[in-house]
Amino acid sequence: MIQTENLTKRFGSTLAVKGLNLSIEQGEVFGFLGPNGAGKTTTVRMLASLISPTQGRAVVNGFEVGRQDDQIRRSVGVLTETPGLYDNLSAEYNLRIFAELYEVRDPAGQVEKYLRMLGLWERRFEPTATFSKGMKQKLAIARALLHEPKVLFLDEPTAALDPESARLVRDFISELRREGRTIFLCTHNLDEADRLCDRIAVFKTRLLVVDTPERLRQQMFGRKVVFHLRNLDEAMLSKVSELPFVSEARMVDGRLLVTLDDPEKRNPEIVRQLVMEGAEIQFVGELRYSLEEVYLRLVRNDGAPAT
Amino acid sequence: MNKVRTIIRKEWAEVFRNRMVLFSVAFLPLLMAAIPLAIIFASRGSMTTDQHGEMPAQVETFCPAELSGGDCFQVYMVSQFMLMFMILPLAIPSTISAYSVIGEKTSRTLEPLLATPITTLELLAGKSLAALLPAIAATYISFGIFSLGAWIMIPNPAVFAAMMDARWLIAVFLVGPLLSLVSVNVSIMISSRVTDPRAAEQLTALLVVPLLAVFFGQFAGLFVINRELILYGALFLLLIDAILIFLSTQIFQRETILTRWK
Repeated sequence: MIQTENLTKRFGSTLAVKGLNLSIEQGEVFGFLGPNGAGKTTTVRMLASLISPTQGRAVVNGFEVGRQDDQIRRSVGVLTETPGLYDNLSAEYNLRIFAELYEVRDPAGQVEKYLRMLGLWERRFEPTATFSKGMKQKLAIARALLHEPKVLFLDEPTAALDPESARLVRDFISELRREGRTIFLCTHNLDEADRLCDRIAVFKTRLLVVDTPERLRQQMFGRKVVFHLRNLDEAMLSKVSELPFVSEARMVDGRLLVTLDDPEKRNPEIVRQLVMEGAEIQFVGELRYSLEEVYLRLVRNDGAPAT
Repeated sequence: MNKVRTIIRKEWAEVFRNRMVLFSVAFLPLLMAAIPLAIIFASRGSMTTDQHGEMPAQVETFCPAELSGGDCFQVYMVSQFMLMFMILPLAIPSTISAYSVIGEKTSRTLEPLLATPITTLELLAGKSLAALLPAIAATYISFGIFSLGAWIMIPNPAVFAAMMDARWLIAVFLVGPLLSLVSVNVSIMISSRVTDPRAAEQLTALLVVPLLAVFFGQFAGLFVINRELILYGALFLLLIDAILIFLSTQIFQRETILTRWK
């Protein structure tokens, strides 16, 4: 659905995006993460045919950026970083303008559909200046969907929203995913990316890494299992360390932390060994690193998997 | 064309909620019509001589032979203020454009707009026409009110005909729209650099300075605005408009707007 080859953007002497290669499938929710100024918005603008690449090629929904810009704009929806609504105009009129500009067949019907879907129908005649941030964001999402785009670019959709509004927006994104739309999601909210995205890319002028959140965790930290024991001692640690499939075993805060490749298969063997050594096991669980830890390590190390 | 119409409607729905814009579009035309009418009213019988030779040379220039000295003086005084009608096509578009372009900048509404399939030309045409049409309409209405008032107040049809000579008809109906176009384009160019609509409006208001120079030049008798001068002026404005349209279309490009308009 979205392919880029060596996509590059320069502003004068500043390199904003360097040689981006991506391939995003239809129906995928693709998280695009990176620090401020990393070039995320520039990438979205290039893919939405708002600005042209300096070098490289991008194909969105079968149309080539720079050559078929009009078709691209007709087939993608863009939620910009700020809602960008006409505050003096009503919610209904805000959407009506865009329905006409997108040449939607039944503008009134589409406007009604999305205002109802996002719970704004009752307040459709009120100026958007009176709306809360969450309502404005929902209206901006509705605006991006009026022409039923197959590809959606969402730039920070939950930024500055209260938890309840953010959840509403996230639920709506999940709903869009179920409808089979391809979603390119720029976000700083790593928990959100972890929950919503099939794959994520970490980007800092260039692509640092792209994979599923789960595989990135494994690549960064390996898989770790924590054993809570009532009576952990050095002998037990030593026995576990000697097991051939254990990469590393450590005592941390009175708990045994084991790094290994296939916990589902190997955990029973470790448990057996510990019991044979006289251990009283209270809990066993996998240590799950947050995506934030993965992200910070990647960004700090400029894409290198580990330090 | 539909998209241009959508933009025009959107612009009007937005900017006419602004009191400053409403004032300039509604009040200024009334004021500009009232000034020459007040002069007609005040200058009735203000000159007693009927001798053409006793009148100053610049007054004589405007005077057909069949008019009395008092009539000539009235025609002369009103002619001086006819240039005021040229302030409208300059002032109104600058107010509308300043609010519409800078309003989009400050509320960050341009990016969603540019993400739609609208072409840059359609967007620019919509924004320009939204500023041009009210200005031209206001100028014509103002001139219409003045003409009606003058027709009622002046008993002598020859005096009325002398006031409504071809110079002012060309000025109002040809030079006016050309001046509006100058104002819109300059306003768009200035708006791309500033973030305050009032600053843009004040800078665009400087366009009135050459017009005032012409007004005072004529008043001081330095030159006489005749039909040829107005036609040359129109040709000059046409050239300026072509250059300004080229420059504003260069500034009003998607990439420029998104990356350089701050």
